[in-house]
Amino acid sequence: MIIREPNKATVNILGKDHSGPSGGHLACQGCGGALSLRMALKAIGNRCIFVIPACCMAVIDGPFPVSSLGVPLMHIAFGATAPTATGIKAGLTTQGDNETLVVAWAGDGATFDIGLGAVSAAADRNDDYLYVCYDNEAYMNTGIQQSGATPKAAWTTTTPNKKPKTSIKKDIISIMAAHRIPYIATASPSHPDDFLRKFQKAKEIKGFRFLHVFAPCPPGQRFEEKNTVKVARNAVESRVFPLLEIENGEKLTLTDIPDPIPIKEYLELQNRFAHFKNEDIEAFEKNIEKRWQELSEWNRKQT
Amino acid sequence: MKKNMDDVRFWPGNIVVAEAAVAAGCNFFGGYPITPSSEVAAHMALLLPKVGGHFIQMEDEMAAMGTVIGASLAGAKSLTATSGPGFSLKLENLGFGYIVEAPCVVVNVMRGGPSTGLPTQPAQADVMQARWGTHGDHPTIALTPAFHQEIYMETIRAFNLAEQFRMPVILLLDEVLGHLSEGVIPPKPGSFEIINRTKTTASPEDYVPYDTSEGDVPPFAPYFAGYRWHTTGLNHDRTGFPTTDPDTVTFDEKRLMRKVTGNRELIDKVEYFQADDAEIGIFAFGSTARAAMVAVKQARAKGIKAGLMRPLTIWPFPNNQVLAFSKQVKTIIVPEMNLGQIVYEVERSVHSDMPIHRINRVGGVPINPSEILAGIEEAA
Repeated sequence: MIIREPNKATVNILGKDHSGPSGGHLACQGCGGALSLRMALKAIGNRCIFVIPACCMAVIDGPFPVSSLGVPLMHIAFGATAPTATGIKAGLTTQGDNETLVVAWAGDGATFDIGLGAVSAAADRNDDYLYVCYDNEAYMNTGIQQSGATPKAAWTTTTPNKKPKTSIKKDIISIMAAHRIPYIATASPSHPDDFLRKFQKAKEIKGFRFLHVFAPCPPGQRFEEKNTVKVARNAVESRVFPLLEIENGEKLTLTDIPDPIPIKEYLELQNRFAHFKNEDIEAFEKNIEKRWQELSEWNRKQT
Repeated sequence: MKKNMDDVRFWPGNIVVAEAAVAAGCNFFGGYPITPSSEVAAHMALLLPKVGGHFIQMEDEMAAMGTVIGASLAGAKSLTATSGPGFSLKLENLGFGYIVEAPCVVVNVMRGGPSTGLPTQPAQADVMQARWGTHGDHPTIALTPAFHQEIYMETIRAFNLAEQFRMPVILLLDEVLGHLSEGVIPPKPGSFEIINRTKTTASPEDYVPYDTSEGDVPPFAPYFAGYRWHTTGLNHDRTGFPTTDPDTVTFDEKRLMRKVTGNRELIDKVEYFQADDAEIGIFAFGSTARAAMVAVKQARAKGIKAGLMRPLTIWPFPNNQVLAFSKQVKTIIVPEMNLGQIVYEVERSVHSDMPIHRINRVGGVPINPSEILAGIEEAA
């Protein structure tokens, strides 16, 4: 594990008052999505409007006055995240408001699957807002069904062990990079310095910005609630979830993990991989290693 | 007959649908997660590989409906399950299913709406959408079982009707039925009828895809079996190729409707409970019919002659049966978990100024027997 001195700026941001999501929200214990949402709001401030489709977060943040996100929020239909955000931005612009940040906040199902065409179209138009995909690697809100973000061979209720998911996790970063949008970044709540910096940077950029946040889910990925940050950290430090930025689809900045921990230390925390035999672990490692090599190669070429 | 408890399965309604579908010969499921229907998909993911079937979780609701039609045209017996918002998304492809005449079954486990509505709570507010949701004139068959044993048998009947009349059939449940667990005795294989689509006897050279010389349901030729078949969502003639000829289009649209209107005796199904001498009639379907049945018993205990009529086939609507019922009773009460939908069909079936009483509830709470009893006492 990489132990760092606490970054003063990070401590200042995380320590400041924030408006939401307030206490009493309906997330499960140890929700990586709720943690990420709180950190994101601290980074970008309150001058924003959130657009959230049907997903866990639509349940978590909503039951006002029990809980509130503290910023304007629109819950919208599944698959309609991107076009609704486009509409909100256009509506604000026509009324002379060029300051308010529009934030689309959608899960992996809404981004990788049902909303992918719409996300692609918004990226194609280079619509001026921040799109955040908080990725817990399955449809957790409806009861743990596989999504395009589910890793190969992981257990879900629609990929039971004897019939595991046969395809690898969809490479959403490459898909978005192909759109040559101004800014793409990945972030993990286990790495707050990096997380906050990327949200603050994204806030200032114009055009379509895509942030991919890793959001571990204790009930869906089958791990103990206390291990959320550990799962997220191990994902990063085993190279399973690379931390990166891509500007204009071309310039890659990859956070190097020179001495990765074994991927097994990521997998064994989660019971969704409990059925893995050695060959499954090897296959998983191979995919991760291949992706890392591709990114490293890209990173190397430009320096 | 004494029940052998070893034969009883204690299942939620959604599991009953999946079990019955496989018993009916379903070998394909294409779906998408949506509460409160997701258990149908999860259970099909467990069952289908064991019987050589195929399960695909699709990327959205439209894709789920599309793949179900594709599988059907390729010869499979296919199923999808959804709920209100997902059903809305499926509707264009459902219309495609009607015009290309693809047999398949669509389950809608109804929840509160509109839009995201009440994902975990019941409603019966898609009953008109089931009939009129997709655009254009089209026939509809929709079934509304109320008990779990009935869900089992009606799921089988849904597949049989789909195969017999070459069209999508809708199975309308609600959240109460989908999630409530109740004892079911699955009938032994071979003890119930299974209907398969009529295959063409013509040679590939002589085959006409929409040949109606033998009746309104054209015999089926599966894909990849040597037959030429042009499939299109455009209006088409008997060859399957598009046409804008008014007479041909009119003939074909009327034929599609006639598949249902001309076969009512094979499609209609209505159950009655203590209706023979009833003076106060109740018309209810789905989980509301369960509450109505209790209310009828309570009313009878108080000396009020109440009786229940409940459709198992809600589309086509049993207009004639409701008319006959109306001639026998003083009034009809229509409880439904919406703000008044199927009551319009009851009203237009009754050829008199008989008062029709509504009991409506939205908000995600089922209608309970005492509300219906209060309505009966008021009308008596």
